[in-house]
Amino acid sequence: MAAPKKSAAKEPTAETGNGSIAEFTKEQELKALRDMLLIRRFEEKAGQLYGMGAIGGFCHLYIGQEAVVVGMQMALKKGDEVITGYRDHGHMLACGMDPKGVMAELTGRRGGYSKGKGGSMHMFSRAENFYGGHGIVGAQVSLGTGLAFANRYRGNDFVSLTYFGDGAANQGQVYESFNMAELWKLPVVYVIENNRYAMGTAVTRASAQQDFSKRGVSFNIPGEQVDGMDVRAVKAAGDKAIAWCRAGKGPYILEMQTYRYRGHSMSDPAKYRTREEVEKVRHDSDPIEQVRNRLLAAKITEEDLKKIDAEVREIVNAAADFAQHDAEPDPSELYTDVYRH
Amino acid sequence: MPIQVLMPALSPTMEKGNLAKWLKKEGEPIKSGDVIAEIETDKATMEVEATDEGTLGKILIPEGTADVAVNTPIATILADGESAADLAKVPPAPAKQEKPAESAPPVEAKGPAPAPAAPAAPQAVAAPDPEVPAGTEMITQTIREALRDAMAEEMRRDPDVFIMGEEVAEYQGAYKVTQGLLQEFGDRRVIDTPITEHGFAGVGVGAAMTGLKPIVEFMTFNFAMQAIDQIINSAAKTLYMSGGQMGCAIVFRGPNGAAARVAAQHSQDYSAWYSQIPGLKVIAPYSAADYKGLLKAAIRDPNPVIFLENEMLYGHTGEVPKLNDFIVPIGKARIARPGSHVTLVSWSMGMSYALKAADELAKEGIEAEVIDLRTIRPMDSETIIASVKKTGRAVTVEEGWQQSGVGAEVAARIMEHAFDYLDAPVLRVSGKDVPMPYAANLEKLALPSVAEVVQAVKAVCYR
Repeated sequence: MAAPKKSAAKEPTAETGNGSIAEFTKEQELKALRDMLLIRRFEEKAGQLYGMGAIGGFCHLYIGQEAVVVGMQMALKKGDEVITGYRDHGHMLACGMDPKGVMAELTGRRGGYSKGKGGSMHMFSRAENFYGGHGIVGAQVSLGTGLAFANRYRGNDFVSLTYFGDGAANQGQVYESFNMAELWKLPVVYVIENNRYAMGTAVTRASAQQDFSKRGVSFNIPGEQVDGMDVRAVKAAGDKAIAWCRAGKGPYILEMQTYRYRGHSMSDPAKYRTREEVEKVRHDSDPIEQVRNRLLAAKITEEDLKKIDAEVREIVNAAADFAQHDAEPDPSELYTDVYRH
Repeated sequence: MPIQVLMPALSPTMEKGNLAKWLKKEGEPIKSGDVIAEIETDKATMEVEATDEGTLGKILIPEGTADVAVNTPIATILADGESAADLAKVPPAPAKQEKPAESAPPVEAKGPAPAPAAPAAPQAVAAPDPEVPAGTEMITQTIREALRDAMAEEMRRDPDVFIMGEEVAEYQGAYKVTQGLLQEFGDRRVIDTPITEHGFAGVGVGAAMTGLKPIVEFMTFNFAMQAIDQIINSAAKTLYMSGGQMGCAIVFRGPNGAAARVAAQHSQDYSAWYSQIPGLKVIAPYSAADYKGLLKAAIRDPNPVIFLENEMLYGHTGEVPKLNDFIVPIGKARIARPGSHVTLVSWSMGMSYALKAADELAKEGIEAEVIDLRTIRPMDSETIIASVKKTGRAVTVEEGWQQSGVGAEVAARIMEHAFDYLDAPVLRVSGKDVPMPYAANLEKLALPSVAEVVQAVKAVCYR
């Protein structure tokens, strides 16, 4: 059940969470590092392309929160569904979607996952069981509950991972969904990514109950607070929650205590918090640095790590190159995909 | 004096009911609150409680009597000290509930005069349908039954089809539309939801994104406003936003528009609202056969479909072809009555005014061609334009509001594609530009009327 109450305003450290941190093998550490690095470098590149005008509209970067999706992805199995809101690039990369296709969607090109018609907030992959990419805050919670409903209807043992933020957690349909999920024992893990700010509003200014793991209490849904900056803690919590769902016991809530380094979107000057606050989290609990330090302590050399970084940069550069040179969608695409025939 | 027990009105739309059972015998004592009889309405079997004390004097309507009009005396109760001999003193029953004097309707400076009376309950009349082969056996059934059969047939045919909504299972449907489905298909496929429109609409859309085919019933479309974000932003747009990867085969259905005396929040017509959204199909049938054939088509359609029903029509009967698989194509209007002088375009409940007006007009030598749109989106412009090219005049009839309404869209299409054929401007008969009032007289005035349609037709015919 819920972990002891902690102040949500407290910055996440390796000590928060329920303490059940799984030790990773060297292979797991390396995989986590690589996957998190891919997201970070990808997002840095996306920020750069946005600045150059190659990406338009809204663009919400995931930098700082990488351990959440990477840890959860290590806990699920092929066939499980993933759905999230508009800060979705990290989720897609973690699901195994091609960085070229994601980046080309950001630039609005025909090789993008939605042929350039969805953009940053609206991308999907049937093949990787990624159900979006939703731009309306909280809508994905009911939809993700519906994915779980479909699993139960079909009688399979797949689990829906439904991600949303501390901001969305105050939307009404979240609780309508909680009620149905527990009532019908639907296999859904609600992953609340508490990055401490709903756009510019701090959790303390928007949420009466700041322990989001308790948001399911009145529906009898168990919940836990997890150190979302430690990929091992995320994986351990994910294993437990997913096992609960797979066993037919109904939904589970994981509050991931995390932090976003960048603004809410590219156009956010982030005046609602101090530079020092951001720097402190980066310095004390960066999810990637944590893994790097452990690997270095385990006798992986700087050279090895640099090699991984170089490989990742190469993938990201290739994606950016593709995304800038791929053709725009054919004008005839304007009228396709409105209806299925 | 003995007290009369009258046939009660047990729902906003109830005009008559069946006296299913007497639970008290003549001569039995009755206390206030005792259940004395069971009445079957068009929606449910209801218990009638006594509001007076005494002895059941005489049963006037025996059990098993069908179609007893509301306000018919069904029994008399004798007060203490009275005997059967007093029964003769009972005053004659009012044939109808006395109506308060109608105040003079407000007269608008311009526009058609208010109708003297609302149309009588319409019969869902329909001209022969080109989709039905000649010689096909027809069965008479209510629209409620036609809808139920459509769902049951599709659920038998496709295990991915299921229905969810408030009171669809154990209660057998708030309007009895899902009657028997739980018994046939079980609670895995006939699912009672909590009162949580936004949530269950989203759950339905999520399930549909995986390839299931939900039928989501809204108790009325008025409540679907809570869910309209999921309908429009999630259901209608996902196929496009995913570049064709992830569609959503889902039907949202339920009663739409004005019922009777349920006032502003429960009487809204959403035809125009949903018809604006690319990605949605919007269906609003009138005849029993169309209700069945189009609902089956909607369930099979790979797109999100808004299926607008009308509560006032649920109990009306019509001829439905007895075919194994009767499907009416989405997006095809039907000429419900051929004519040459003027084109009347309507759908759903509006058809009742249009068809009655056409009857009236025929007596005066004006032959109206009445088009039942059946599908609002995609709209069958072709049928409308072909008719207007023939008649040169058109009037639209809808219960919804005029501004940005479906009639406005029809008028615009006629102007764009048949301007040179028009002998008069297109006129729109519609619901008045006010929230629906509760008072019976005001409600009548707020809705369109046969007289308004007749007057509009005469205006475009310069008569």
